Amino acid sequence: MPTPRELEMNRRDLMVVAGACAAISAAATGTRAQPAPVGKPVLSEVSFSVNGRRHQLELDTRTTLLDALREHLHLTGTKKGCDHGQCGACTVLVDGQRVNSCLTLAIMNQGAEVTTIEGLGGVDNLHPMQAAFVKHDGFQCGYCTPGQICSGVAVLEEIKAGIPSHVSADLTGAMTATEAEIRERMSGNICRCGAYSNIVEAMIEVAGG
Amino acid sequence: MRAFSYEKAGSPAEAAAAAAESPGAKFIAGGTNLLDLMKLQIEVPTHLIDVNGLGLDKIEPTSDGGLRIGALVRNTALAADERVRRDYAVLPRALLAGASGQLRNRATTAGNLLQRTRCPYFYDTAQPCNKRQPGSGCSAIGGFSRQLGVIGVSDACIATHPSDMAVAMRALDATVETVKPDRSSRSIPVADLHRLPGNTPHLETVLEKGELITAVTLPKPVGGTQIYRKVRDRASYAFALISVAAIVQRDGTGRIALGGVAPKPWRVEKAEAELPRGAKAAAAAMLAGAKPTDENAFKLPLVERTLDAVLAQAKG
Ligand SMILES: Cc1cc2nc3c(=O)[nH]c(=O)nc-3n(C[C@H](O)[C@H](O)[C@H](O)COP(=O)(O)OP(=O)(O)OC[C@H]3O[C@@H](n4cnc5c(N)ncnc54)[C@H](O)[C@@H]3O)c2cc1C
Ligand code: SF4
Repeated sequence: MPTPRELEMNRRDLMVVAGACAAISAAATGTRAQPAPVGKPVLSEVSFSVNGRRHQLELDTRTTLLDALREHLHLTGTKKGCDHGQCGACTVLVDGQRVNSCLTLAIMNQGAEVTTIEGLGGVDNLHPMQAAFVKHDGFQCGYCTPGQICSGVAVLEEIKAGIPSHVSADLTGAMTATEAEIRERMSGNICRCGAYSNIVEAMIEVAGG
Repeated sequence: MRAFSYEKAGSPAEAAAAAAESPGAKFIAGGTNLLDLMKLQIEVPTHLIDVNGLGLDKIEPTSDGGLRIGALVRNTALAADERVRRDYAVLPRALLAGASGQLRNRATTAGNLLQRTRCPYFYDTAQPCNKRQPGSGCSAIGGFSRQLGVIGVSDACIATHPSDMAVAMRALDATVETVKPDRSSRSIPVADLHRLPGNTPHLETVLEKGELITAVTLPKPVGGTQIYRKVRDRASYAFALISVAAIVQRDGTGRIALGGVAPKPWRVEKAEAELPRGAKAAAAAMLAGAKPTDENAFKLPLVERTLDAVLAQAKG
């Protein structure tokens, strides 16, 4: 019987193949719909660490951090939703700060420390935020969840660091993890299933509220 | 996305020189606007010059009591800076009303000023748009124009400038510092940075080819009650329908800049003389000569009412 680890690998490989097929069919229709690129693809080297592991990659300059994670490092926990910075599904932590990995080029992240959902915790060692999402049912389909959790972890750090938000009444005072603060700060993570109220509960629990 | 070559600049002056050398070159800072537009092939640079890591990410006091904000200071860092929160509250209020936490962590001061319009037809490459493709026509005039501009617009383009931060910078009389490819530098009042569309809506700023923004400076703090009120279709994470940046002094005088109404942050200094007489008079003076469409005429009374609310809030 395959171990869970092997199963996981198989599933990932399958996802990669499926991704590649999608890319090929998109390219095929793409050539008809749009003129071929004028310039030839340019390759460039970059190294950064992901979840504590250093990686050296040679990538087409166009590769976003999101595509580097998913298609090259096979860390498919980070999701591609809109690919335009609008939905937040691709949120990861870069040098401790949450960013939309779809709107940064991989090669712009030379030397960075990237943390993805896989790096926060796994089945046997859930991060407190992951555990709270499970406990409070902070998801339905689960597609936005890795981004929600990465964002959620960073939001609590931002509040601790005293970074104000649009709803902070006093710009200069201490910040607290109230429901209103969490809702405002999480507005860059869209949930199509509408699990918002449970996500807020999960975050308030982790914040110690 | 079209293929491009990439370099990391060694210094601001080198970045400017490199950009002047290559006709298809663009600077990339946070990348949150440029990459979005490159994916849609609205922007098609053949060479990217990465201006991160050049030491342009500091906020420093100036000799005349103001602040010099490096061009690469992230929107989050700017909104969180203690001096900015204390002395220039309208600025963090505007920044925090824009985009999302993730985007603000990457978005930079210069990139925010130079972000391009959110006109839906500019984004839809299947539609004519004079800004995207000069001479092709303007789909917004006679089209879906609810979000678009009411003043400073032209028969060629009615797009608005989407930045919240720029509106606060305008109220604060900020100045943009640049370095040119020949290594000379200049200061441009933020009021003069953006052009009105006229017949050339594709020319959006007075910056020359290769000119790099290195910093934005704020003059000495002017005090007063500082407010940024943004009206939008959602309570968070949406571009402005209209916005009001206000600095109101105790005697009722002050400064007002508007967002969401024009191709640039809209401020009419002469109209500010009307402020002590109330929102109706001041809004009428700021929006004199407005040319709204049927769909966005609501912005005129919305400005007046929002300004009224802001002035009431300032009185306390
Ligand atoms: C989903 C979404 C929602 C948003 N909502 C809002 C909102 O509500 N309010 C708001 O104000 N903004 C909003 N934004 C826009 C956001 O603020 C901008 O994308 C951001 O500020 C751009 O900064 P950047 O550093 O990423 O710029 P980049 O994308 O790196 O660059 C933008 C432009 O500036 C040029 N440039 C960059 N740096 C320099 C320099 N130093 N000198 C000369 N040229 C330079 C680039 O060549 C490019 O043309 C939103 C964006 C997204 C994706
Ligand atoms: S308003 Fe300007 S940006 Fe919009 S379609 Fe017309 S020309 Fe293009």
